[in-house]
Amino acid sequence: MNNELELKDLYDGFRDAKTIKAYAKIIKEDAKLLDKDIHIMEVCGGHTHTIMKYGIPQLLPSNIKFIHGPGCPVCIMPKERIDNAYVLSMQENVILVTLGDMIKVPGSKASLQDARAKGADVRFVYSPMDCIKIANENPDKRVVFFAIGFETTTPMTAALIQTVIKQDIKNICFHINHVTVPEVMCELIDTTDHNIDAFLGPSHVSVISGSKIYEIFPKEYKIPVVVGGFEPVDVMQSISMIVKQFIEKRCELEIEYKRLVSYDGNKKAQDLMSKYFEKTTFKWRGLGNVKNSGFELKEQFAKYNAKVIYKDVLPTQEKKDHKLCICGDILRGVANPPDCTIFGTACKPTKPVGSCMVSSEGACAAYYKYGNLI
Amino acid sequence: MNKTITLAHGNGGAENNELINKVFYKAFKNEILSKSEDAAVIHGGELAFSTDSFTVSPLFFNGADIGKLAICGTCNDLSMMGAKPKYLTCSVIIEEGFEIKSLEKIVASMKEELSKNGAIVVSGDTKVVPKGSVDKIFINTTGIGEIQYKGISSNNISEDDLILVSRDIGAHGATIFAAREGMDLETSLKSDCTSLYPQVEALIKSGIKITALRDATRGGVSAVLNEWAKQSDICIEIQEDKIPVCDEVNGICEMLGFEAMSLANEGTFVLAIPKEDAQKAIEVLQTFEEAKNASIIGKVTQQYEKKVVLHSSWGTKRFLETPTGELLPRIC
Ligand code: SF4
Ligand code: SF4
Repeated sequence: MNNELELKDLYDGFRDAKTIKAYAKIIKEDAKLLDKDIHIMEVCGGHTHTIMKYGIPQLLPSNIKFIHGPGCPVCIMPKERIDNAYVLSMQENVILVTLGDMIKVPGSKASLQDARAKGADVRFVYSPMDCIKIANENPDKRVVFFAIGFETTTPMTAALIQTVIKQDIKNICFHINHVTVPEVMCELIDTTDHNIDAFLGPSHVSVISGSKIYEIFPKEYKIPVVVGGFEPVDVMQSISMIVKQFIEKRCELEIEYKRLVSYDGNKKAQDLMSKYFEKTTFKWRGLGNVKNSGFELKEQFAKYNAKVIYKDVLPTQEKKDHKLCICGDILRGVANPPDCTIFGTACKPTKPVGSCMVSSEGACAAYYKYGNLI
Repeated sequence: MNKTITLAHGNGGAENNELINKVFYKAFKNEILSKSEDAAVIHGGELAFSTDSFTVSPLFFNGADIGKLAICGTCNDLSMMGAKPKYLTCSVIIEEGFEIKSLEKIVASMKEELSKNGAIVVSGDTKVVPKGSVDKIFINTTGIGEIQYKGISSNNISEDDLILVSRDIGAHGATIFAAREGMDLETSLKSDCTSLYPQVEALIKSGIKITALRDATRGGVSAVLNEWAKQSDICIEIQEDKIPVCDEVNGICEMLGFEAMSLANEGTFVLAIPKEDAQKAIEVLQTFEEAKNASIIGKVTQQYEKKVVLHSSWGTKRFLETPTGELLPRIC
């Protein structure tokens, strides 16, 4: 019975029509007092998805606009890393394990889905810990965990590494592709001719890292941030909080998603991450190299690092995206999916050209799925 | 289309349709097949004819097993054409090493479900293949039914019809996901797997006019509505808050990033019923325990040709697309 309650708690009340309508009214009223248009960047693909799925723009006055951000670990994965995953999966006696959508993303030649169709053992798991079971059941094979995700999933990978070391499991290694959010937000502001007036920060990330990671934006860049949840009520409330900041001439870091986010975040998870990982430069698709925006296994754990173990076979060459694909501009917030000339024609979820169409959190996929009414 | 088959080609959604159209329909083209109904109407409109193969994992789950599914699946396809399931064939492909005990359990559920339909198995086949050639057991059933109500077709839906569902949606798909390895989810959720003929029979007997019926299996309600919109050249407008979804299904969708509308069902059907009979159809359905939350979920218009529009309770709208790809859980 307990379980039932927990599942319901995930969404209950946060899709309530009355509350959503009430926020729509408040925002409309408040927005009349604005002296200019406000462009809110939702950093995270999860938010893009909510915004499109629940038709949020239809509820907002015309002077409040969204800019879609770089927000999804699948979208931002450069082709050469996907090529790495592909090559790893094709190695003899390897079981390549990863999370969800990663399987569908096209690399420079093929996707993991194609590898699987060719006979490679590619599996996706709900939780990285499942790798242990797979490794135990296949003692003569090596499980390579292709780890992806923002701060949200990084601690789970760290916890897996900890268990592997503790239990001295010999047949698991890691290809780490974890990235962090604040650095790329700075990069966007510093290098793009942007018109971002406010950020809607992803709550998942802050559950781990705390809201403190966004302190720099109101302080140094004079851009307010509201850390918000993913349900429609959360998004509406966050927008309302942003609008209020503008009419009251405030510029602050605020948390909408108080039910789980604190200023400091989850200390234990943070310690776990810093025990095994160090910050490195990560090449983001469409954005290029961003300093300190990625995680890599620390050198002392090299024997668990797939990049070291398989260094002789892994491709290092950088690969360009399809020449018509403007994912890069979309991820930088300077273009919208329909601006792409092959959006919805040569590029569809069934036959994606770029990863923004692959990931269910990608902006192109969200527009394709929900956006064509508006 | 891809050069090789991927799991997405079997999802009941867009890729699946593309494969069927470009490979099978292209080769087998004929008037009956191209109607694309749940079951073929043959023999001067007297009989319905249908086939289906079952490959579910795990084989046993809350509410059903592969045997029950194999009977319900084919019988339901017949029922959806207003036909009473009569004769079935059953062929099984079994992996070397499979336990006889499990096989007996599966066959016992088949027998039980056959009796609910008043149907019998009249022919069959068994193949055993080396370990690794199939995943434990695959079952194919083919069935013939006697049409009791003529003229049901998903090609004839019009603005005179309302759209109904027979119960809360997504329970089968969510149960299977919860039962999969690595989920560690304890729920009291049960597959909706059931034989639909009794419900269809009750509708027919009470004199209700029926335009179209379809059980919402792979691809869920969303695939059915999209197919209907295309086949009948109409726009289907659905009111989201009228769609019954139980809390547990909602919770699982929330956790894994799925939509209940795209999850598979094995005992839930969508109906297009002329407006004047719609309310009565709900009353008839609700006399069945499994259909007690049957609901009118939408109407037919011409607003956006061949499209399904979903209206939220807070006044926004969006298209509901045919599901695509393999159902994969989201990353975070
Ligand atoms: S990984 Fe999750 S929290 Fe992070 S950006 Fe993507 S959807 Fe948002
Ligand atoms: S529509 Fe496709 S090709 Fe164009 S930007 Fe989006 S993902 Fe890239």
